[in-house]
Amino acid sequence: MIRVKNLTKYYGKRLALDNISFNVEKGEIVGFLGPNAAGKTTTMRILTGFLAPTQGEAWVAGYSVLSHSLEVRQHIGYFAESVPLYTDMTVRSYLEFLARLRGLDKNRIKTRIEDVVGMCHLEEYIDVLIGKLSKGFRQRVGVAQALIHEPEVLILDEPTVGIDPIQVAATRRLIKELSKERTILLSTHILPEVSMTCERVIIIHEGKIVAEDRIENLSAMVAGAKRIRLEVEGPSQKVLERLRQIKGVLRVRYDGSHYTVEYPAGQDLRSKITQAIAQSGWTLLSLEAIEMSLEDIFLKLTTEEETDQ
Amino acid sequence: MKNTLTIAQKEFKSYLASPMAYIVTGIFLVITGVFFGISSSTYLETSIRGFLESGSIILLLLSAVLTMRLIAEEKKLGTIELLLTAPVRDSEIILGKFVGSLGILLVMLALTFYYPLLLIIFGDPDLGAIGSGYLGIFLLGSTCLAIGLFASSLTSNQIVSAVVAGGILFALWFIGVAANYLPEALGKVIHYFSLSYYFPDFVKGVIDTRGLVYYLSITALFLFLAIRSLENSRWS
Repeated sequence: MIRVKNLTKYYGKRLALDNISFNVEKGEIVGFLGPNAAGKTTTMRILTGFLAPTQGEAWVAGYSVLSHSLEVRQHIGYFAESVPLYTDMTVRSYLEFLARLRGLDKNRIKTRIEDVVGMCHLEEYIDVLIGKLSKGFRQRVGVAQALIHEPEVLILDEPTVGIDPIQVAATRRLIKELSKERTILLSTHILPEVSMTCERVIIIHEGKIVAEDRIENLSAMVAGAKRIRLEVEGPSQKVLERLRQIKGVLRVRYDGSHYTVEYPAGQDLRSKITQAIAQSGWTLLSLEAIEMSLEDIFLKLTTEEETDQ
Repeated sequence: MKNTLTIAQKEFKSYLASPMAYIVTGIFLVITGVFFGISSSTYLETSIRGFLESGSIILLLLSAVLTMRLIAEEKKLGTIELLLTAPVRDSEIILGKFVGSLGILLVMLALTFYYPLLLIIFGDPDLGAIGSGYLGIFLLGSTCLAIGLFASSLTSNQIVSAVVAGGILFALWFIGVAANYLPEALGKVIHYFSLSYYFPDFVKGVIDTRGLVYYLSITALFLFLAIRSLENSRWS
């Protein structure tokens, strides 16, 4: 449903998106995860036609964002991060205006407004000026607007930022509900949100995709990926080398006092590691297991990139 | 076309919802009213010349103010993202906004209809000259609005937009005056580009095709530039 191929975007000289490619299949709900300024909004803005890519191409519902932008926009419901609303309009006139721009006829506009207002629990506020609504309600109006023309594809840019926890839960429920019949690309920098709502996650950092996997696999990693922390008396460079040689070890880091060793779930390398250290004539001072959370995976993927280089 | 009207309607309504349009209309009516009064009572003229001549200059200023928010505000508030991601052409957005502001101009002009009405009741005015005068001020006004809209598309700051629009408008109005100081051949050419050059003909009751073509093409030119400027924002 969404196909992104080799997308690159420069803002002047600053590289915002670096040759990213990914697909979102019909009916999928995909989390687009990354820290602020990672390129999430830029990607979404290219998909919705707000920005043109510097290089590369993307397709939504079979239409190219470059050559068939109007058709693409017709098929997308977009919740923009900045929640753009006309504060001098009432909720009803705002929704009506956008519904008309998206080509709905009079009767359909009426029923659709009723539908989305119900879905987003805005019934009591339908004739209130948007400027008088609180942040949480404005957010709902933004979501309602994205749904008004029953788009096949929903692109939601940080839909739960800045609203209270109860409303966050309600928004997530709504997204979950919507995902039954729609394709959704949801961006967020809140990790639990992804595991709660999405089937698959794309992690983006500094304009590059650093990981892309199904939630189960990532959760398996969360639950199963083993990380242990060692304190070893011995020459750090050699210890690092020796630890890296052990079969099964994925990654070793040294932070000045402790070594962190990672190995895949389902294996236990602890005895191998202690033996290797003992055989080399060093002393193992401590060993402890570290649980790995989605938070860690995220940080690992997004921050270690830099330290590796 | 449908989208243009939808946007025009929305713009027109939001003009009515904000004090700016009322203030602008009020100023326009007061000043043109005074000049109309002076010209008809002091000089005993049965024409709307006083209204047209004062109105033309005031329109330059007022249209810069009237159009400043059209795009600049959407850029500032981020609502431009809604329009640019809706299945609407950039040209429809610009035309819609232009037509919306044109609506306010028409209302302003319609409210001045009592000037000629007074003349008809108390005198015997040249109806042809009144008609061509209204056509002239409408054409001039729409040109001013197009220029203002273009200025608004350049920035997210409404003050900057108004100043730029005012600058372009007064420059185009007064190059006619400046042209008098230039060598005759050059001055004549520059005259043709002045906003003020064709207007007196309309006031006198002459509908000159060159004037028609001039105002319409300057309007089209600036609308085109505004569309390009909007398109350009996608490539930033």
